[in-house]
Amino acid sequence: MYAYDEIDRAFLSERVSEFRDQVARRLSGELTEDEFKSLRLMNGVYLQLHAYMFRVAIPYGTLSSAQLRRLAAVARKYDRGYGHFTTRQNIQYNWIKLAELPDAMEELAEVGIHAIQTSGNCVRNITADQWSGVTPGEVDDPRIWAEVLRQYTTLHPEFSFLPRKFKIAITASDHDRAAIKIHDIGLKLKRNDEGRLGFEVLVGGGLGRTPFIGKTVNAFVPARDIVSYVEAVLRVYNQCGRRDNIYKARIKILVHELGAEAFARDVEAEWAQIRDSALVVDDDMVADIRSRFSYPDYQELPETPGELVRETDPHFRTWLHNSVAPHKEPGYAIVTLSLKPVGGAPGDATAEQMDAIADLADRYSFGEIRVGHEQNLALPNVAKRDLPALWRALDRIGVATPNVNLVSDIIACPGLDYCSLANARSIPVAQELTRRFADHDLAAMIGRLHINISGCINACGHHHVGHIGILGVEKNGEEFYQITIGGRADEGAVVGTLIGPAVRFTEVADVIEDIVEAYLALRARPDELFIDAVARLGVQPFKERVYATR
Amino acid sequence: MTSPLQQKIKITGPSIVTANRTSDGAVIYRTAQQGWSVDLAKAAVVRTADAARALLAEAVADDLGAVGAYIAPVSIADDGAPTPGNLRERIRRNGVTIDLPVCA
Amino acid sequence: MPLVKANVIVSDDFVQVADDAPLPDGAILISATRLLADAETILRRNGNTGVVWPNNRSVAELVPYLGRLAVIALVFPTFRDGRAYTQARLLRERYGFEGELRATGQVLRDQFVFMLRSGFDAFDVKKDSDAEAFCQVARRYSVVYQPTGDGRATAHDSRRALQDEDAR
Repeated sequence: MYAYDEIDRAFLSERVSEFRDQVARRLSGELTEDEFKSLRLMNGVYLQLHAYMFRVAIPYGTLSSAQLRRLAAVARKYDRGYGHFTTRQNIQYNWIKLAELPDAMEELAEVGIHAIQTSGNCVRNITADQWSGVTPGEVDDPRIWAEVLRQYTTLHPEFSFLPRKFKIAITASDHDRAAIKIHDIGLKLKRNDEGRLGFEVLVGGGLGRTPFIGKTVNAFVPARDIVSYVEAVLRVYNQCGRRDNIYKARIKILVHELGAEAFARDVEAEWAQIRDSALVVDDDMVADIRSRFSYPDYQELPETPGELVRETDPHFRTWLHNSVAPHKEPGYAIVTLSLKPVGGAPGDATAEQMDAIADLADRYSFGEIRVGHEQNLALPNVAKRDLPALWRALDRIGVATPNVNLVSDIIACPGLDYCSLANARSIPVAQELTRRFADHDLAAMIGRLHINISGCINACGHHHVGHIGILGVEKNGEEFYQITIGGRADEGAVVGTLIGPAVRFTEVADVIEDIVEAYLALRARPDELFIDAVARLGVQPFKERVYATR
Repeated sequence: MTSPLQQKIKITGPSIVTANRTSDGAVIYRTAQQGWSVDLAKAAVVRTADAARALLAEAVADDLGAVGAYIAPVSIADDGAPTPGNLRERIRRNGVTIDLPVCA
Repeated sequence: MPLVKANVIVSDDFVQVADDAPLPDGAILISATRLLADAETILRRNGNTGVVWPNNRSVAELVPYLGRLAVIALVFPTFRDGRAYTQARLLRERYGFEGELRATGQVLRDQFVFMLRSGFDAFDVKKDSDAEAFCQVARRYSVVYQPTGDGRATAHDSRRALQDEDAR
């Protein structure tokens, strides 16, 4: 966790009072909706189908137990007792009242949580690998650098009115859990040949109407220069990004139109002017930020404790195999909490669950919780000897479904049930699929398979990069769904391929079952993953299977 | 931003004007008494583009009370009451089509 | 539209002159096209000259004239169009412009802090109530996180100062 000091707290409190003033001016009629809209958006307040929606940032996906309890309290007091974890390390409340929002914000600010820049054409919440700082093999903790950039971009005077929204993600692992290649800026922490810390910088990734995979514009920017480099990218974008057409305003279009090389040259030229300036990230600043992240006082524990060996419940073994990942410290593990129960809405958690998870985090994970872009939570610091007890407790509150990374671990946007932009529903499609694939043995046999569902082309459910992607569209007032296969969001990111004409709401689950059956019949070996089979075979055999009888 | 009134208005059947209430975002419908109601049954139903335009203009003018007014289609039931004319409006009126994770 | 300078509403000494109108004596504000068409003659006349510079044109073009321009007015065609913030910082921080940097167009109170931090020192404010609230709004944030040419101490500077104090 990053601990706020007096300075950060003063800032947050000033932000809340500014928003309180803006809301009062809106409710008194001093501000028109047109004027108020950009102000509320910069505070994460949208208007959806049924009500205002409030999006709260969880920077780099790290929460303390006290913060999670406060999120639960806000859900209870100001909303309907639950929240929705999104694909960008945010939580959304669906039923918030505008007049009560400043109070809700104030309660969140007390524990160092805010909604600054969770919407609007500014630099959004900076995301990172949810296993940052605990997964083996990182050259440094990406959250330190995410925090450097979070502070730098917070109410940036020059970059709060960009042509369009701007998303940054950071990872330090070779296996990319932060989907950096589909971000406006993706940062990969690394060391160069001389052992210096720095970043590979990718620019111009993004989904939506025109999906692009980010391109490397600089293979190594020294860590001390990362802020000036980001400023150079933002400055080029702010001046040259298109503002004539909202669909062409993201930086990916600028990079595409200029070409990555020409864009990189413009950035380098700008960077040369500002590189040795007050933007240098000095060791002091890094040390200060690092000192305010609390790292647990790990004990020396056995890698294979007796408690673990003795727990032979097959359900536990299944969960252990599926939901528990290696930790950088011996004797510890990272535990993923599935927010994808059979028949549930992906990413939703009730206030009761949040409170219970906060308690479990205190008891078993040094009071820390993580939020991943796959819409699951994690306890990052669990002693392996505690796993059986933790599993029982997680199971009681419904977050121990052993389906992490399996076919029912579906990423889905809120869709037409909530969202004013959606063309079709997402959640009921996800729910039906989790029922079809509820049998764990079947899911385990299928293996790693990511299904992503978006209710419109804006692609909040990242459908383009799902191994199977489902995109809701509207045809003559009816919901239809386009299916793509072969996408992936990790280090090998690629946009999936459409398999054919869209299908009806009632047919989607059957079609996905057909695709999965085709894969099971066609895979070269039991351990050839779906995504590898599609890469080897192409779309055709799946397409034939799906449309042969339709 | 383009005002909804600058857009070409075309309706294909009975229509109403709907928006969200500024203070809490609740779904509201424009009534024939120049006010708003959360009850679709009280919505003013228009059948011509001119009438729709007039109703929308009146709704948009209430910037303080309502956000994002637009024209939406309705069907007219046998008893004469308007019912939502598409899935989006059905969801806005009846709520989400799924079970909430908690009892509402 | 009230003009705010140094926190107070002031009268505007500059007369905006259309491209086809003859140039009067005294302080004038002209378009970029008019300035560039005959800059040397215009800048030699008696009276201060200001230019309204569009937000889609590089401010580097102004470099030869910066020492002789009294005002550069940058334009916010909409609240959401933020190009002029970059232009302002470049003029102040890179090209060393020391004259008046005026924000024009959709200038509302919620941008004041951003504008001040980017180097603006004059504000053609759209609403009277916003102009009157200027002083209060400008002081809204005691904490800023990023260094700009305004020289304000950042959160990090303040932390370092506190640590130094502790160390003493």
